[in-house]
Amino acid sequence: MKQPGRILLGLYCLLVAVWLVAPTIVVVPMSFNDKKSLAFPPSGFSWQWYQNFFTNPEWSASLIGSLKVAVVTAVFATVIGTLAAFGLDRMKSRVSGVLRALLITPMVVPGVVLAVGIYAVYLDTRLVGTMTGFVLAHTMLAVPFVIIAVSASLEVFDKRLETAAASLGATRLTAFRTVTLPLIAPGILSGLLFAFVTSFDEIIVALFITSPYLKTLPVQIFSSITRDADPTVAAVGTLLFITTSLVIGAGLLICSRQGRR
Amino acid sequence: MRAIDSRNTVPAVAADDRRRWFRGQAFWLVAPALLLLVICLGLPLAIVTLRSFSEPQWGWQNYAWFFGTPVNLTVLQRTFAISAWVTLVCLIAGYPYAYVMTAVGPKMRLVLILCVLVPFWVSGVVRTLAWVILLQDSGVINSVIRAVGLGPVKLIRTQTGVVIGMAQVLLPFMILPLYSVMKTIDLRLMQAARSLGASPARAFAQVYLPLSLPGVYAGAIIVFILALGFYITPALLGGPRSTMLSTLIQNQVLSLLNWGRGGAMGVVLLIATFVLLALAAPLSRQPHKTGSRR
Repeated sequence: MKQPGRILLGLYCLLVAVWLVAPTIVVVPMSFNDKKSLAFPPSGFSWQWYQNFFTNPEWSASLIGSLKVAVVTAVFATVIGTLAAFGLDRMKSRVSGVLRALLITPMVVPGVVLAVGIYAVYLDTRLVGTMTGFVLAHTMLAVPFVIIAVSASLEVFDKRLETAAASLGATRLTAFRTVTLPLIAPGILSGLLFAFVTSFDEIIVALFITSPYLKTLPVQIFSSITRDADPTVAAVGTLLFITTSLVIGAGLLICSRQGRR
Repeated sequence: MRAIDSRNTVPAVAADDRRRWFRGQAFWLVAPALLLLVICLGLPLAIVTLRSFSEPQWGWQNYAWFFGTPVNLTVLQRTFAISAWVTLVCLIAGYPYAYVMTAVGPKMRLVLILCVLVPFWVSGVVRTLAWVILLQDSGVINSVIRAVGLGPVKLIRTQTGVVIGMAQVLLPFMILPLYSVMKTIDLRLMQAARSLGASPARAFAQVYLPLSLPGVYAGAIIVFILALGFYITPALLGGPRSTMLSTLIQNQVLSLLNWGRGGAMGVVLLIATFVLLALAAPLSRQPHKTGSRR
């Protein structure tokens, strides 16, 4: 009696899973199209769009721009976010609750409203199209993710370990460096990754504050899509997909190894 | 006195002092993040608000214009309608999915979680592009529909297309909170209800559903709020008849250079977001958490 219901539920989930994954996978075959069109299913096979991505200065410049912005953003956001997570952890719960809610507001503010405001500020301070401008805006957007990731690992961290280290004569800095930091490192690392991805994938603010001198990859992808049907976009998508899969696969492998130890 | 110089006090009060000193220090740890927030979020939003009142001259003119122009009201209403549809679609697709995630074995669960996370692996813009291709008139979805014999359906540049694309992007934000609440529900409660004579439907409606509601609320709020501010997906998948508020704001500021009107629209969107958040946030708290607060 229960069986048909279960099968139906399973099929339904399969459908939802396909819906979730399909747009990611569809990009892969399209990147090997031999004609300059974005039709699916594609025709023929060629590597030319990958070649184009690596040789066309427009694409490579935007990739380098994105990487620079994302790396600097990730470092700043991780430092600022980790400090904040520690601070929040050490505060009275009522104060920290308010501050925490305040600090994660960038996640819910509508992107375009924020972008318009940042654009206005940057026009007055000549930050449009500058590295500083991008890093400032992206760091603000990325800090909430770091705070959430680090706070989660601080929540399970046993503070008595710090006290134990102090009772054995460690200074606060030594206790932090040798006890606290190694234990919450996974939280900080995932915060770093989140911050990097947030910046690397950010488009709305980037569309407003971009300039011919500094363009990020999402902006380049967006302008390519709105301009013509260039399969290079699909090649970029595929490369991003493969890179992320490798990073996440490696992460999972390391985690499962550590779990077994 | 104690607060002024904590290091010269007697040991008996030192612990208390250190805690106080900790708290002062704790604030300084949060300060850089707060400063960044003020500069990069507070200041921009303040300027948007200011300009909505000050450009081209002081007054309520931009708001009068916004609420006095039928097109704007249509777009505002549509923005809410699309967000509501997206939330509903996400809920219908996400609820059973999240439930299955709690019911299957660990290996299958990993696969299901990966399916939820895969969309995050590829840049949002690229994913929207994929939807453009899948939904176009000669695309795969239309070929399937034609093969079944239902004739071509216009999907791209329609509201339906926008809803399909946006719901796919936002579905993980529905599934993850649902899953985190559902995994705490004790399934033996359902068995207990069944053994007391409840039909499966009744056991679900009276036991499981109420327990999962905090997850439903949390997922629905976040999806609805994120949908309200969506820009890229409607811009690429939608047509003139599916414009959302964000596109209108962008158009006012970048194309028409009308900061006042764009600002007024931005403030309307911002207020809508925060009012919804304030109204709905208490609903999404898990019951045992509110219990411990009291």
